[in-house]
Amino acid sequence: MTAMATKTPTVPAATNGAVSRVEHAPARWGLGDGAAIPWDYAPAPESREIVTIKEQYGLFIGGKDVAASDGQTFATVNPATEEPLAQVARGTAADMDKAVRAARSAFRRTWSRLSGKERAKYLFRIARLLQERSREFAVLESMDSGKPIKESRDVDVPLAAAHFWYYAGWADKLDYAFPGRVARPLGVAAQVIPWNFPLLMLAWKIAPALAAGNTVVLKPASTTPLSALLFADVCRQADLPPGVVNIVPGPGEVGMALISNPGVDKVAFTGSTEIGRKIFQGVAGSDKALTLELGGKAANIVFDDAPLDQAVEGIVNGIYFNQGEVCCAGSRLLAQESIVEPLIEKLKDRLSTIRVGDPLDKNTDVGAINSRSQLEKITELVAAGRAEGAEMYQPACDLPDRGYFFRPTLFTNVAQSHRIAREEIFGPVLSVLTFRTPEEAVEKANNTPYGLSAGIWTDKGSRILHMVRRMKAGVVWANTFNRFDPTSPFGGYKESGFGREGGMHGLHAYVRLEDR
Amino acid sequence: MAPDRIDVRKTYKVYIGGDFLRSESGRSYVVRASNGDPLANAVRASRKDLRDAVRAARKAAQPWADKTAMNRGQVLYRVAELMEGRRDQFVAEVAAAEGLRAGRAETVVDRAIDRWVWYAGWADKIAQVLGSSNPVAAPYFNFTIPEPTGVVGIVAPETSSLLGLVSRLAPPIVAGNAVVVLASETRPLPAVTLSEVLATSDVPGGVINILTGLKKELVPILAAHVDVDSLDVWGVPADLRTEVELLAAEDIKRISRRPAGVTDARFDWLDDRAAERPEWIAAWLEMKTVWHPIGT
Repeated sequence: MTAMATKTPTVPAATNGAVSRVEHAPARWGLGDGAAIPWDYAPAPESREIVTIKEQYGLFIGGKDVAASDGQTFATVNPATEEPLAQVARGTAADMDKAVRAARSAFRRTWSRLSGKERAKYLFRIARLLQERSREFAVLESMDSGKPIKESRDVDVPLAAAHFWYYAGWADKLDYAFPGRVARPLGVAAQVIPWNFPLLMLAWKIAPALAAGNTVVLKPASTTPLSALLFADVCRQADLPPGVVNIVPGPGEVGMALISNPGVDKVAFTGSTEIGRKIFQGVAGSDKALTLELGGKAANIVFDDAPLDQAVEGIVNGIYFNQGEVCCAGSRLLAQESIVEPLIEKLKDRLSTIRVGDPLDKNTDVGAINSRSQLEKITELVAAGRAEGAEMYQPACDLPDRGYFFRPTLFTNVAQSHRIAREEIFGPVLSVLTFRTPEEAVEKANNTPYGLSAGIWTDKGSRILHMVRRMKAGVVWANTFNRFDPTSPFGGYKESGFGREGGMHGLHAYVRLEDR
Repeated sequence: MAPDRIDVRKTYKVYIGGDFLRSESGRSYVVRASNGDPLANAVRASRKDLRDAVRAARKAAQPWADKTAMNRGQVLYRVAELMEGRRDQFVAEVAAAEGLRAGRAETVVDRAIDRWVWYAGWADKIAQVLGSSNPVAAPYFNFTIPEPTGVVGIVAPETSSLLGLVSRLAPPIVAGNAVVVLASETRPLPAVTLSEVLATSDVPGGVINILTGLKKELVPILAAHVDVDSLDVWGVPADLRTEVELLAAEDIKRISRRPAGVTDARFDWLDDRAAERPEWIAAWLEMKTVWHPIGT
């Protein structure tokens, strides 16, 4: 880090007056009973000096930085300040075709000819480079996506590196993942990822694909292309053969052009169920392999014997982590009737201590919503919740004057028919429902077209396992929530998609199995 | 003509608990190159040195086993990174010890480095390959997980001073055990240099202890030591094999032998299919099965 960067810790990193006003706001966080916490958090901004954001970014095709075929660019915006960060080349269908050709050529000429051992060494290099440049990635990710620096620093970036690390080790051990079979790569993988975990989703997609011997064309989300383009630089530093990884940012229709390209062998998509359906339709009738990781409306079930304080932390983490912009977020709290009141009281107390504001401040718990359109969607659904008769609670807290911010929100008296209990909000909004018996909890938890994740809170181990058997969800967290690890498979039931990412099962999506 | 400068020669020491020591016995023996030229004096470790090494290993075993699998994998990979940096030194020492031409010695050293990488990758995968969830015919969740055995004694291959050693050393380490290694008696110097790499790596002191000395003196003591849980008898001389296994039987040590019919001298350590084996990791693991009821 430069001397300049180390000297400026007391100056707010974002040059946004509104944000710094909030940082200096007088202490008036209320406890539930109205008592004030007698201290305030001093601003603790992470320096942005560590990352150099270029004015212009090109597409990364065949190892080169190239302009879009029609020369068009688009701005990527810092959602915490609404200021543009950079101009990014806007890929076209022609660019996607070029990228697919580059990936095909790299597949034929180099990547599929390398032994698993040598592929592994490239992936280990990438993991190491991500570790070495972790802070740079964390700051860039927070600026481009709005997520708090403590999450990008402690979750997104280390997990992304860990994914490359884990799959590096599989590259030369595929025989042991598929005993008695020969695992062959599929070819060119087309990967379309969302904006909520830009770098982490990139890692979930690229690491297993490369480990299994495929080459990739990846389209990052249009609001968060920067960490993917910095990753292109990591590929160069690792001396990864050109064309093995290609990154082409652009809007949704460019993603559709990518997945419909006839040169593609495999499609992997993470995003909403609505778009996932279109992607499925886009590959229908072809021989392309497909995995989908889509939306969710997870139930977080709290039994009366649960350790309530621990459960409160899990509920808060489950729905307010990453502003609730998480496909597996615990957006429906199912509380056993006998403990609803103390649980809600504790939750409200806890909500009053959540710090909303500058994503680059190390104290911030909830950062900026990723985009104006997402903020509008959250606002609309919250209005629907009120209109349909649910009771809303929001803690008193100042929001910055600029940027896309939304208060942590809690709805009680929610009925299963309410939109806020059925639709994926993808924001910091929790809907509380109640149940009396385990059977009723199962019934309500499964009463959704989604099936990505679920949470269970109880001190009784046998009950956890009983519930686990009945929950239609791909991941069930017991007395914890939102845990992720590269060794642990992740993915959904029903309309939350199919296929698993992570773990040994994550390799399945990227191989063709042949007889020995 | 007088030389410009006199080189500084290295004292080859044993590596116990993260420290480099001469033997408490004050003994050494002459190590010769394959052509008979003396190369250096190596430590002739004593019974006491060996017991100290076992004690260091026992102390280090649990903290090492408690590290996350991913962390252990990174620590092993780091050994490969550091060996790569000392590649030339290893090439020279392996060439001298084993009488290999430079090109062949380079191949051997490169493979030793890559072998660390291969085993490093197993750290967070072996439980997925060897573990299981078992569909018992009753309302129980039943699963089996591998756990490290504890302290492993390794009698290293005699012929392959570096690649053979690494191939036998990495599996118990990635499994989460601590080890006491008796290096090749006739070719111990690459093992000592490896210990110098380990000392500057992230492998905690005591997890790997490397002794040099006479196998006839040391192997029976290692085999009889009741705080050694498992024994790799690969490099045990033929005339000691039965005695050593009888001693191991006393406290029911797990032993790992060479495959039947394989000799130490002829084994091809460059053959990845033969020398990279997950069952070599499994040899140093215990399987633990857990039953838990399912019900409301």
